[in-house]
Amino acid sequence: MKNNLFTYTLRIADDSLILGQRLSEWCGHGPIIEEDIALSNIALDLIGQATNLLEYAAQVEDKGRTADDLAFLRFEHQYLNTQLIEQKNGDFAVTIVRQWIFDTFRLPFYEALQHSADKQLAAIAEKSLKETKYHWKHSSEWIIRMGDGTEESNKRVNDALILLWKFSDELFYMDDVDQALISQGIAIDLETLRPAFNERIQFVLQEATLQLPDSKWKLSGGRQGRHTEHFGHLIAEMQYMQRAYPNMEW
Amino acid sequence: MKEQNLADLEASFNEKLKQDIRIEPKDWMPDAYRKTLIRQISQHAHSEIVGMLPEGNWITRAPNLRRKAVLLAKVQDEAGHGQYLYSAMETLGFSREQSIDDMHTGKAKYSSIFNYPTLTWADMGAVGWLVDGAAIMNQVPLCRTSYGPYARAMVRICKEESFHQRQGYEIMCTLMKGSEEQKAMAQDALNRFWWPALMMFGPSDAESTHTQQSIDWKIKRHTNDELRQMFVDASVPQAELIGLTLPDKDLKWNEERGHYDFGAIDWEEFKQVVSGNGPCNAERIATRLKAKEDGLWVREAAMAHAEKKKAKKAS
Repeated sequence: MKNNLFTYTLRIADDSLILGQRLSEWCGHGPIIEEDIALSNIALDLIGQATNLLEYAAQVEDKGRTADDLAFLRFEHQYLNTQLIEQKNGDFAVTIVRQWIFDTFRLPFYEALQHSADKQLAAIAEKSLKETKYHWKHSSEWIIRMGDGTEESNKRVNDALILLWKFSDELFYMDDVDQALISQGIAIDLETLRPAFNERIQFVLQEATLQLPDSKWKLSGGRQGRHTEHFGHLIAEMQYMQRAYPNMEW
Repeated sequence: MKEQNLADLEASFNEKLKQDIRIEPKDWMPDAYRKTLIRQISQHAHSEIVGMLPEGNWITRAPNLRRKAVLLAKVQDEAGHGQYLYSAMETLGFSREQSIDDMHTGKAKYSSIFNYPTLTWADMGAVGWLVDGAAIMNQVPLCRTSYGPYARAMVRICKEESFHQRQGYEIMCTLMKGSEEQKAMAQDALNRFWWPALMMFGPSDAESTHTQQSIDWKIKRHTNDELRQMFVDASVPQAELIGLTLPDKDLKWNEERGHYDFGAIDWEEFKQVVSGNGPCNAERIATRLKAKEDGLWVREAAMAHAEKKKAKKAS
């Protein structure tokens, strides 16, 4: 039970942590100042969510590790974020499509998790839901602007969908960890979120005059610790200080 | 008659300055006053935006979750400051886009400090403590500057800058309580940023071409040298308190003046960095230019969509 709750919390935390890390790469490089502000703000929310979740994971694990230890001192295969989250920023369309798919999943996920039998997860979900509503609004509006904007923006957002959609299904990945916790009312049966997810995806795509790619091919592995080539570089950068100067206060 | 009108307008403008009544966008103002403000506010806005880069350089490598969040929040504040300042500047009839283009071509300047590299984590401490500290010295009096929109923007900015300065100093405090490596890192950052921070106040009063006029117009309230002295006086005890040594052998308390004396600033270095030859000038501009060019299709898409929406609504 303890192990399952630890793994479950870590999976949620790592999606927030790694996406926050990716988004913060944009800081100072956005297409307009307003987007520099928005993307940093979303990154900040995600790092905040990751901190709450990793603190809880550390507490559940009860082996003396801290949230920072979990964030900065694991090896690649010990991170449990989905592969979607670690994809490189690419152009603004890739960043926004990645964000939008994730936000569209996170919205019903947190809505459900705020009723979890685990009071701590429920409280984190309730707080994070407020932020996620804004994130989803922001990313959806950009999908619409890009889809219904110019020929170039329509092509770019379409290319980004082709690149990233195959990673979307992993957000619904479940295994024994989930099953054990679902029976206790702690975890969410992710299959129950699919209708809300699909409805929101279709609603925005229609406004944006876009369509999902034809291919039904799916890629996954992150939830079990199998990542893409980009991931090692991401954590090498993120962990640099903790690896170079171990056991110090900053 | 016309000349009489102009004289009346000028008299009324001067009277407002005299009584410390703020000048507002729709008020008449001399062209030179408007130009001076556009130059100063845009320079300030560009500094905020370019200033995101040296600190942004360390967000992805921040040593723990708390530092990462604080640094992100700080750099995000800077983007916000840039945004209010461009808006304040636009009330003077000069567009954000034109102003940014002027920066990219080198016609408009930004603070020379951002042309120095951030090499270690301790630089996040030194930049927050010294660069934001120097900025506060410059900016607090600007809350009382004569142009209303600029003064109001500065009130908000100063509140955030003082949080920035404290977080930088706190990074330095933490490092100075740490290992020998951490202390050396902090001292090295101070050594590299101290003199460029003193240069942030601009040329000495004797060399400054704009100061007197700006003081008469109540845009500036203190001269560059007065502000620099205030900054040195405030920084020395802060450095001493945590065991840092300022890299200036001529630095000593002058009982008679009631201020610290300090060594000569290398104005040649200042001149070179301002005119484009600093360690990172080319890179900073190239980065901003790339952001602008890469973002062009995004801005076009947003405009095209807004147009389509408007047309749909009208039909």
